[in-house]
Amino acid sequence: MERNFVRDVSHLPTHGHGPSNLTWWGTIGFILIEGFAFVLAGFTYLYLMMQFQHWPPGMPPPELLWGTLMTVLLVLSLAPNVWAKRMAEREDVPRSRIAVLVMLAIGVLTLVIRWFEFTVLNVLWDSNAYGSIIWTILGLHTLHLVTDVGDTAVLAVLILTKHGKDPRRLGDVTDNAMYWNFVVAAWVPIYALLYLLPRAV
Amino acid sequence: MRGFGDSRRPQGAWPPHPGPLPGGEREGPLTLTLSPGGRGTWVAALPLPLLTACSGPQSMLDPAGTQAGHIGTMWWILFATCAAVYGIVMLWLLWALARRHRWVEPRGVLPVEEGRDRGLTFWLSVWVGGTVVILCGLVTASYAVDKSLTHLANREELAVEVEGMQWWWRIRYPDDDPSRSIATANEIHLPAGAPVRLKLKAQDVIHSLWIPNLHGKMDLIPGRENELFLVAEREGTYRGQCAEFCGLQHAHMALTVVVESPEDFNAWKEAQLAPAPEPASDEQKRGKAVFLSSACSMCHGIRGTTASASVAPDLTHLASRPTIAAGTLPYNRGNLAAWIADPQRIKPGNHMPLVGVPPPDLQALVAYLDSLK
Amino acid sequence: MSPKDSHPSDELRDGPGLNEDETCRRLERTWGTAPGLWGWLTTVDHKLIGRRYIVTGFVFFLLGGILALLMRLQLAQPEGTLVGPDRYNQIFSMHGTTMMFLFAVPIMEAMAVYLVPLMVGTRNIAFPRLNAFSYWVYLAGGIMLYVAFLLNTGPEAGWFSYVPLSGPEYSPGKRTDFWAQMITFTEVAALAVAVEVIVTVLKMRAPGMSLNRVPLFVWSMLVTSFMVVFAMPSIMLASSFLIMDRLIGTHFFNPAEGGDPLLWQHLFWFFGHPEVYIIFLPALGMVSSIVAAMARRPVFGHLPMVLALIATAFLGFGLWVHHMFATGLPRLGVSYFTAASMMIAIPSGIQIFCWIATLWDGQPQWRTPLLFVVGFVVIFVLGGLTGVMLASVPFDQQVHDTYFVVAHFHYVLIGGAVFPLFGAFYFWFPKITGRMLSERLGRWNFGLFFVGFNVAFFPMHLLGMVGMPRRVYTYPAELGWAGMNLTATIGALMIAAGVALFIVNVLVSLRGGRIAGPNPWGAGTLEWATSSPPPSYNFAHIPVVEGLEPLWDSRGRLPVVHGLRVEEREVLLTTVVDAHPDLREPSPRPTIWPLLSALAITVLFIGSIFTPSAVVWGSIPLAVGLIGWFWPKRSRTPTEPVVES
Repeated sequence: MERNFVRDVSHLPTHGHGPSNLTWWGTIGFILIEGFAFVLAGFTYLYLMMQFQHWPPGMPPPELLWGTLMTVLLVLSLAPNVWAKRMAEREDVPRSRIAVLVMLAIGVLTLVIRWFEFTVLNVLWDSNAYGSIIWTILGLHTLHLVTDVGDTAVLAVLILTKHGKDPRRLGDVTDNAMYWNFVVAAWVPIYALLYLLPRAV
Repeated sequence: MRGFGDSRRPQGAWPPHPGPLPGGEREGPLTLTLSPGGRGTWVAALPLPLLTACSGPQSMLDPAGTQAGHIGTMWWILFATCAAVYGIVMLWLLWALARRHRWVEPRGVLPVEEGRDRGLTFWLSVWVGGTVVILCGLVTASYAVDKSLTHLANREELAVEVEGMQWWWRIRYPDDDPSRSIATANEIHLPAGAPVRLKLKAQDVIHSLWIPNLHGKMDLIPGRENELFLVAEREGTYRGQCAEFCGLQHAHMALTVVVESPEDFNAWKEAQLAPAPEPASDEQKRGKAVFLSSACSMCHGIRGTTASASVAPDLTHLASRPTIAAGTLPYNRGNLAAWIADPQRIKPGNHMPLVGVPPPDLQALVAYLDSLK
Repeated sequence: MSPKDSHPSDELRDGPGLNEDETCRRLERTWGTAPGLWGWLTTVDHKLIGRRYIVTGFVFFLLGGILALLMRLQLAQPEGTLVGPDRYNQIFSMHGTTMMFLFAVPIMEAMAVYLVPLMVGTRNIAFPRLNAFSYWVYLAGGIMLYVAFLLNTGPEAGWFSYVPLSGPEYSPGKRTDFWAQMITFTEVAALAVAVEVIVTVLKMRAPGMSLNRVPLFVWSMLVTSFMVVFAMPSIMLASSFLIMDRLIGTHFFNPAEGGDPLLWQHLFWFFGHPEVYIIFLPALGMVSSIVAAMARRPVFGHLPMVLALIATAFLGFGLWVHHMFATGLPRLGVSYFTAASMMIAIPSGIQIFCWIATLWDGQPQWRTPLLFVVGFVVIFVLGGLTGVMLASVPFDQQVHDTYFVVAHFHYVLIGGAVFPLFGAFYFWFPKITGRMLSERLGRWNFGLFFVGFNVAFFPMHLLGMVGMPRRVYTYPAELGWAGMNLTATIGALMIAAGVALFIVNVLVSLRGGRIAGPNPWGAGTLEWATSSPPPSYNFAHIPVVEGLEPLWDSRGRLPVVHGLRVEEREVLLTTVVDAHPDLREPSPRPTIWPLLSALAITVLFIGSIFTPSAVVWGSIPLAVGLIGWFWPKRSRTPTEPVVES
């Protein structure tokens, strides 16, 4: 075919933040998928609730302490998380490093709290359908915590080494921050379902 | 199912004889009555082979009850509408392909002509409008028919409990007086013209009760109770079958539905209420002893004897039923003997084990069971 | 410094400064896949992966077809004894599972993997490594299921695996566990491709291909991918619940402990109904491509077509209860689903009208792809109309779970998806292989398939109405079903002969078919702008799009952009709506990590069938695989400006 050049794209940048970035879209895609899985798990919870006369059936609801602590920690973690995102967008490598380390520490702390949460659910997964769904929802969220902590750990290693100078790593920091926002956003309704709803009905 | 006629009859020979079928080995052979005319008349327009294929003891196109009749009407509304729509689409396609087209050079491209596309857009909106109108009509018709299915539901005269088991049907006619409730298996008797409520439940897996000549199907779901309300109109013998896949022997989970006059129904009911007759001959006596001393009585019950288990079908009036093993075999002594001798060969995977009755005992056992009319 | 300030380096770029041969030579060196086994295992070229995805999907189609033939032979006569109930139940479960999970969805996505990057005018799919990973996971899941089946551990509770039948009590052993894990494999694969396709379509379209100029096939794949994103989580959740009920004693579906068997049905059909459209929408896109090329004009009503696709997708999520009309749900709620189910006929009707209108106004070229499109309309419209019938609750209560439904969905799925797919094979085979398929064999292939299909499936409508339920391994002679069953079996054999002819056609044409050239049909979309088969880099220069059918609009002088690096893998990103050039994005090179990660996840999934602890120890190799995958690689040349810190 005859060459018919109409435009030069060589001046275009090779990296962008947010929606101009492919990874951002990929992350959004997986957040949609996982978010919808959370929604359906929530529906399952409500569906099963309708099958029971009492909810929880014959046992106290999960104890508030650890779950509430988790909620507080996750909501507060949004502040350093947003800061991390901003530092990365500004391509401020030293501050981004600190931010990633802070987020890693918070992530590890959430896992510790989650461990205690599992111990005060007052029901086992194989006791009845109520136990099955709350263990599953909590497990699903824990899976997200674990993968995000793993992600953040790898990212910390990268950003603390020579790889940190690559602007793509800073893009990874912003995407990781976005994913953490999702993990927090997913938790709040779960907290309401698991801890508050049984006390309200 | 062999119980529905003479298996020597050539295939596809519906409608079968309107009267009693020859060659039945048990007394009072099953009858298959078909009313000429009635709801059958509108089928007359169809080609004969199709018509003859439509009737039968397990056909929704041969309604014998109010509900099946209404659904049959719905089907013909749907059929007529959809056939017309299909015809229109096919004509449009044929015209589009066969008409004289604009000329185009090889590999050339036809320009889109605004005027022609505007015309097509107009017809597209007509098309969409037509679709909407037709669909609204069908939705309304469907809703109306659905409503009509439960008409008279508050005038229930008879309740029958149907429980789906892997792979047979437990049937109960409950009564406020427990001594007057009936337990049987794989057969339902209904008085013609009476509004009946079938209460449906299951213990093991999901089954679905489907008696197409009387009504559509309804699932039997563990942990739930469903019901099917129906009025059987035309006397006759119909066949129902499990319609939800329920495991190995889903194919062999049929039941017989006998719609009879109220008098016949009451006679049947009284007969079922009676305890099992005492064995008359020595052989039958020995057979009863075999039954009570072997593994048979661990699952099957016979009222009037010490066998009271209810895991498997109640056998009190076994010999009055048209089939063995949920429609797998027609009832007769030979089939009964073959079934007891090796149930796993006839219906692999079913829950009746090989009991291993020695041949002389088997003879006696069958003689006894055959006396349980 | 901000990325905006980065200057074009003095590296080689495509464009006026570099002659065409040199550009292609260097691009080939940059984008080519290494020869030999290593190259085969590590490639991230969407065409190579798409091709093997298509071939694998087709192999599963043949396997599923063989199972179908076994069923038809068993049912050819009453009281057949070819297979017993246990084997038969495995066969029909495998047939449904294979066709839905291992053939239909994957092959549609495979076509997208191959075609979408070409049709939007880019060099590779978004996330090419994820694409490779997706294929390996899919392959592993399929192999696992068939190995299990050959070891007599195939699924036995149907492709729908209703509880309690599929639960721990009534399906002991590992059969259903393999089924449920196969779901996990194929869903992971399908979701990965869905995300790739969405991002490719939204961000990697050629400059100028604003959303209103996106080809209908690409639209259909975009809409389908969104449906995958929202449908698959439901089955993932359901199959996880099932596995947990079976393996660790949860009670989601156990009514004795507050669970509910109907919960499974809701979750399954919330996925299962959209699944039908996930299979069917891509086929609609294929039909649109074929119709435009064969009628020699753009498809009439581009906008209504796109809106119909989107409407179908939305409505598709509101219909699931029509699979549950016989479960005794409250009548009033159920009536809503009647209306919704019937309304989906409106967008389908719009599309049928637009295709016929295009043929009416165009000049139909009677080539094999068009034959399959005509076959599609004739069959699918009938299937759609029986679908309208099934939306009526009372009628559905009669024919639900009978051969009427079997007939209906084969009319919809074979007519609506497999006929277009075969049309698409004939249409795009020259693009993929460089050679034309034989027209003569093609006509025979179509004729046998079309006649065989109707002989096989039309009688089933009547069979269902005269009482034959689905999923029965045998039936008594007395009910008069034998004749129609035998007819159906004869039809099935004709279909088999048709498919066999197709295979012959492929094998013969691969060697001796007429050389196709870049654009054998004179079609208008971008995949025809490059050679057949396309080079590893797809396009020497990224094309610029000025209309719906760029090749028709440009009349042989396709405008292109220049300035992408030729020594590094680079793709052009554009804005979502208007497709303005936005970024030059590096594209990953070949790597073994996706394969290793897929193997690790296979060990985890299969291990978890036998012990829940596999989820823990199996995650270690998986984590290693993923870290290896994402660990930054050193470029051959410094590709990006370094941040000064």
